[in-house]
Amino acid sequence: MIPSSSQILLPARMSTIIGSFALALFLNFLPWPDLRLVPDFVALVLAFWCVRQPRLVGLGVGWMLGLLADAGNGVLLGQHALAYSLLAFLSVWLSRRILWFGPMLQSLHIALILLVTQAAVLVVRLAAGDSFPGWPIVVGPLIGAALWPVATWLLLLPQRRREREPAI
Amino acid sequence: MDHTPPPFFKRGPAPLVRLFFFASLSLALLVVDARFRYVDGLRGWLALAAYPIQRAATWPIDVATSLGSYFSTQASLIEENQRLRAQLLASVQDAQRYQELQSEASEMRRMIGATEKLPVLAQPAEVLYLSRDPYAHRLFIDRGSVQGIKPGSPVADDTGVIGQVTRVHPLLSEVTLLTNPDQAIPVQVVRNGLRAVAFGGGASGMIELRYMPANAEVQDGDRLVTSGIDGTYPPGLAVATVVRIERDQERSFARVYCRPSAGIERGRYVLVLTSDTTRPPRPDEGQSKDRRGEKTRRLKGKDKSAAEKPAEKAEKAIGDDSQ
Repeated sequence: MIPSSSQILLPARMSTIIGSFALALFLNFLPWPDLRLVPDFVALVLAFWCVRQPRLVGLGVGWMLGLLADAGNGVLLGQHALAYSLLAFLSVWLSRRILWFGPMLQSLHIALILLVTQAAVLVVRLAAGDSFPGWPIVVGPLIGAALWPVATWLLLLPQRRREREPAI
Repeated sequence: MDHTPPPFFKRGPAPLVRLFFFASLSLALLVVDARFRYVDGLRGWLALAAYPIQRAATWPIDVATSLGSYFSTQASLIEENQRLRAQLLASVQDAQRYQELQSEASEMRRMIGATEKLPVLAQPAEVLYLSRDPYAHRLFIDRGSVQGIKPGSPVADDTGVIGQVTRVHPLLSEVTLLTNPDQAIPVQVVRNGLRAVAFGGGASGMIELRYMPANAEVQDGDRLVTSGIDGTYPPGLAVATVVRIERDQERSFARVYCRPSAGIERGRYVLVLTSDTTRPPRPDEGQSKDRRGEKTRRLKGKDKSAAEKPAEKAEKAIGDDSQ
């Protein structure tokens, strides 16, 4: 029995995964007006691949992406690496469970995971001596979780079979 | 007999073990980066790897502006041209007066025996993007060590100071904005020459003067410029305007809130100012110790006319802080 999807999907290609991470980094680096309200696209895509392909994408990938995000943003090296490895761990750990639910309940799980990730970053920042940036920072993860069904649909597009596959 | 299971279900170490491994690696990196700055080389390489994506992320805005300019009508272009011409006329007048005043000022400086002011070189740069981090008030510009940017250079736009270059990568540099709570800048009130230090106000987008005595002569609407006593910022750049003063009876200090005059969170083009101030080299450790000993001896022996010393030291500390 295949949970939460009636279709048998094609195997995920490496190029799709790498391309989606590049796109997510691109979206993160866009000059947004208020960064606290913008979801972390890299976290979302990482959670997606950790849930869908836990054997291909895991903590190591998350850690490397975190380092890239840290260096790109000029923040303390390691804070996103820590947060993304935590996120990858939670997603891999919960992947079997999450896939049994429908899109809305999956979003709830993802919201929790993204909030924990954000909290990890917050703890590191507070420990490093920064001030609390205000409650709007919880909005970003919630919007990210709301985008989960869209992200699922988009990222599974390359793996869907075409409607009328020519019979061999 | 020793039976090991065939590697059908081989998945490497358990996730929890991996989490522990990567978490401790990240924490170690965090500590090393925060305390010792040993990993700047690694950071440079990672920043170089992220650079193409960062560069690409400014592309939508470039397209939008170029599309906008493509569709701008002739009427608006003519209007803009006229406005710019009027502005140019005004600034040409200012520039002429500036030259005259500068020669006059240097003449006077020569008369009173002060050192000549060094010219400040300005290098234009484009803002790539703001840091994706609501805690750090930073932005990135498209000039790096290849173009000769040095850490510590002040950055300004057409209306005032916006911050200071704090980290230089090969192709881009990080600018810490004035609104960053850790950023300090020595300022001076234009009206009466009162010196102070302005600190970033964080998320409010304001900057504040801290440690001002409660009876300090500051008014609403006072303009603040850089005082230049730190040797980092050239003097006379516009910094902020005072908007609110809180004089509390319970506290001995007044809090002065100011609005930055530069477009800190907006604007696309900035100037990186590099002044080749020839600062005297730092003395050696041993030498300075000797001198200190000498000084104390002298102080003990002679009068205590060195009441100016603390003020001088404070200024030095400010200069060191803002680097």
